[in-house]
Amino acid sequence: MTVLAMASRDAPKAAVEPPAASLRGVTRHYRFPGGGKTLHALGPIDLDLRQGEFFSVVGPSGCGKSTLLDVLAGLNPPSEGTASFEGKPIAGVPDGIGVVFQEDASFPWLTVEANVAFGLKRAGIGQAEIERRVDYAVGFMGLRDFRQSYPAQLSGGMRQRVCIARTLVLQPRLILLDEPFGALDQQTRLIMGDELLRLWRETRATVLLITHSLDEAAMLADRVGVMSARPGLFIDVIETGWSKDRDSRIVADPRFGEMTGRIWEKLRAETMKHMQTQGAGPR
Amino acid sequence: MASKAMASNTVASKTLPSQTLPGGALRNIVPPIVLALVLILCWQGLHLATASGAISSPAATLARLVVLMGSSRFWLDVAETGTAFLWALALSIVLGIGLGVVLAWLRPVGEVMEPILVTFYSLPKVTLYPLVLLIFGLGMPAKVAFGIMHGLVPITLLTRNAISQLKPVYLRTAKVMRLSAFEAVRSVVLPAIIPELVAGIRIGFSLSLLGVLIGEMFASKRGLGFTAVNAMGLGDLDTIMAIGLFLALFAVLANGGLLSLERAIRHRSAGR
Repeated sequence: MTVLAMASRDAPKAAVEPPAASLRGVTRHYRFPGGGKTLHALGPIDLDLRQGEFFSVVGPSGCGKSTLLDVLAGLNPPSEGTASFEGKPIAGVPDGIGVVFQEDASFPWLTVEANVAFGLKRAGIGQAEIERRVDYAVGFMGLRDFRQSYPAQLSGGMRQRVCIARTLVLQPRLILLDEPFGALDQQTRLIMGDELLRLWRETRATVLLITHSLDEAAMLADRVGVMSARPGLFIDVIETGWSKDRDSRIVADPRFGEMTGRIWEKLRAETMKHMQTQGAGPR
Repeated sequence: MASKAMASNTVASKTLPSQTLPGGALRNIVPPIVLALVLILCWQGLHLATASGAISSPAATLARLVVLMGSSRFWLDVAETGTAFLWALALSIVLGIGLGVVLAWLRPVGEVMEPILVTFYSLPKVTLYPLVLLIFGLGMPAKVAFGIMHGLVPITLLTRNAISQLKPVYLRTAKVMRLSAFEAVRSVVLPAIIPELVAGIRIGFSLSLLGVLIGEMFASKRGLGFTAVNAMGLGDLDTIMAIGLFLALFAVLANGGLLSLERAIRHRSAGR
């Protein structure tokens, strides 16, 4: 199958380029309110995101995946260690990072068009350029017929497209996605996955996708980071070796099954560990 | 009077969806008219049942209202009350929303202030009126202040509550878009809570009006509240009832307008 050409030839070159973002010894502790007890949620984590790669993170629920994303997005500082984006330490949300959340974050009081233009208006970009970029993003995400609609009139999948388009127009160099298709059905997820791949190829942005779906991680990513139960650590990082022009049809390839099998093997023990720590008794 | 206003609201809300059905216009008009007739009949019944003259009849009240509305003194009173009321309402809205945003933003301050505001609000504010008079003197500023004392707290609490119930992802989105705190409030927080704000304003509206009228009753030489309390002293029940009817009609109309505005906004952004 042509879709499954061998590992991308760019890979060795990417390795010598400076990383898009990197984490060094990053941990995150939460303090319980009103007590000295702390929860060790994450790390220590070392991670280099290569320039322009598609990196997926899978792990059992509650393993700190979203905490990891918050650190990269500058929404929460690490408790220890350093996080940097394009060589500069992350303090506050850096310019050039776009985030798509799991929950529907479209603004119900704005039309689709106004939602997409939201960030651009506040960035002080000229009207003609705003129109050009919104036009492009709305067309790219298949929202052209819904420009004047309100989110309440759209399905969950369409609303998530609005959120992706709203991020896309800002032309981020690093896109962080926190289980963006978590609330969608399986077929819609596959289609949205294809669109995400198309977007990634077109924008050449670096993408970090957090997901709890093995299939999604295996199908979309160049590398899959498998995380342990809390405190979240990378127990393995698997190179998928898919070609850059892959799409959702690889789910039919035997090597796709092998890949998800490998990831699940790593994850199975962790997931069981997580279930045990959660306690089996009813509450 | 209050129960009358509430009853007509319920009817309006039940008839709204029928607008799209054939004969919808008829269905929309008939229930309020039936309700009004029933209320007038009850009123007449009460007039007949109570001791002579305790409750003026609908006909006598209406006749008195027509006479009142023909006098220039009445319209001076309306202008006086109206001015105080508009100031009280406008200031209650601006200060209430501002204070609500601050209390929601500074969460610990909000948590300390909320019970204090609720306690203050449960005091009969008339007992504080001498204080208001000492500070503002007799006249318009005292009435406005008294209106604000009634209207401010509900708007503040409803605003704070609406913001604290806001989906956290909206604020995270604002952060990711690198908006300043001011920008986030202006372009995310306030638009997100507009339906709740309109509901708060609707409640603040009735209470500011109440505050201004009470203010006029206790220390004023002009305004509808003063005229009503004056008529009370003279035992002029027709005038009291006529002023009550005038205020009730005004309140029902304004409330209905705000209610349909609230519903239009909610309808548009439904499914949040």
